[in-house]
Amino acid sequence: MSAAEIRERVAAVLDPELPMVTIADLGILRAVEVDGGAATVRITPTYAGCPAMEAIADDIVAALAPMPVRVEVVLAPAWTTDWITAAGRAALDAAGIAPPGPVAQVSLELAVRCPNCGSLETRELSRFSSTACKALRVCTTCREPFDQVKPL
Amino acid sequence: MPSTRCEDGPDAGTAGAAASDRIYLLGLADDALIASHRLSEWVARAPDLEEDIALANIALDLLGQARMLLGYAGELTDPVLTEDDLAYLRPADEFRNAVLVERPNGDFAVTIVRLLLLAAYQYELYAGLRTAADARLAAIAAKSVKEVAYHRDHARLWTLRLGSGTAESRRRMETALAAEWPWFCALLGDDRADRSCRHWVAEVLGTATLELPEDRVATPSGRDGVHTPDLDAILAEMREVTAAHPGATW
Repeated sequence: MSAAEIRERVAAVLDPELPMVTIADLGILRAVEVDGGAATVRITPTYAGCPAMEAIADDIVAALAPMPVRVEVVLAPAWTTDWITAAGRAALDAAGIAPPGPVAQVSLELAVRCPNCGSLETRELSRFSSTACKALRVCTTCREPFDQVKPL
Repeated sequence: MPSTRCEDGPDAGTAGAAASDRIYLLGLADDALIASHRLSEWVARAPDLEEDIALANIALDLLGQARMLLGYAGELTDPVLTEDDLAYLRPADEFRNAVLVERPNGDFAVTIVRLLLLAAYQYELYAGLRTAADARLAAIAAKSVKEVAYHRDHARLWTLRLGSGTAESRRRMETALAAEWPWFCALLGDDRADRSCRHWVAEVLGTATLELPEDRVATPSGRDGVHTPDLDAILAEMREVTAAHPGATW
């Protein structure tokens, strides 16, 4: 495998809890280093308690098998939703999960667009939803509840 | 290794030396671990489904923070221990968590008051530790502070709702505050982070039209390894599976 192919394969691994987004598009893939016949991959958790880290590490190893792979978890710099790529945001939106707005430097509430009907009239039901990284919202136009990856 | 009281940690100047101390790390780790377990006792019992999920998510964040801190503390132990060794096999009198977090759950107001006080404390502490000389602790703090900001805000919103809600919700908040405040005082010192923490809590209570309780320091604080029997009870429950099946993996 060429170094480029190795990077491509690792980048294409899907997040187990947001399986419409790759780990590269989610911003949790931090580095892929190839040294001779072995690879070192660095990933960072979205939230400290993210239960998917071990599954992701296993998937990375499987994606490169039979190549020896070392997966390292790095904490700094801390993951931010600002690292989610445009492709990642589009994939979330297409799957009915509103992508996060920019992490506010000042206290500012931006409207969250309903991924079902596109209305900007939505409100938060709960800041914590099906996973630690999501909030639960409801659209006041089409009345559908939906998840949003919340800014972090 | 010299033992360091938690209150000495975040102030500039002493942060580097104190923060790398194992006992100091255990204080932060154990606060998160025990608070996480208490919050998880609400799963399937919270007032509504959204709150059930919120408390479970907060518990998960705290568990993740506890794991990072315990892992680090374990590496500083001689001989080296794992996070599981420290969580499951360490004697209760080596736990350094604040008594505030080991106290048994009461009604929902008690949990909200405790979360408000804990998150306010952790927020200021982690915010300060982001610039600690110890790079690993600084990384853990930088990660944790972003999560704790959400916990703190969640507790703030509930405090406003319950404090200025009905006569009954207000009465419950007043009772909870009176009971938990001395344990909060026991946790706080007088450094910059602790003063900011008090200030923030006082502002929230003011907005919620709740009276700031009078300061009274309960003992023990928990930081010296002296605890109430409530810690033994929660550890016994947390360790039920590892006690029945030592060394089991799955």
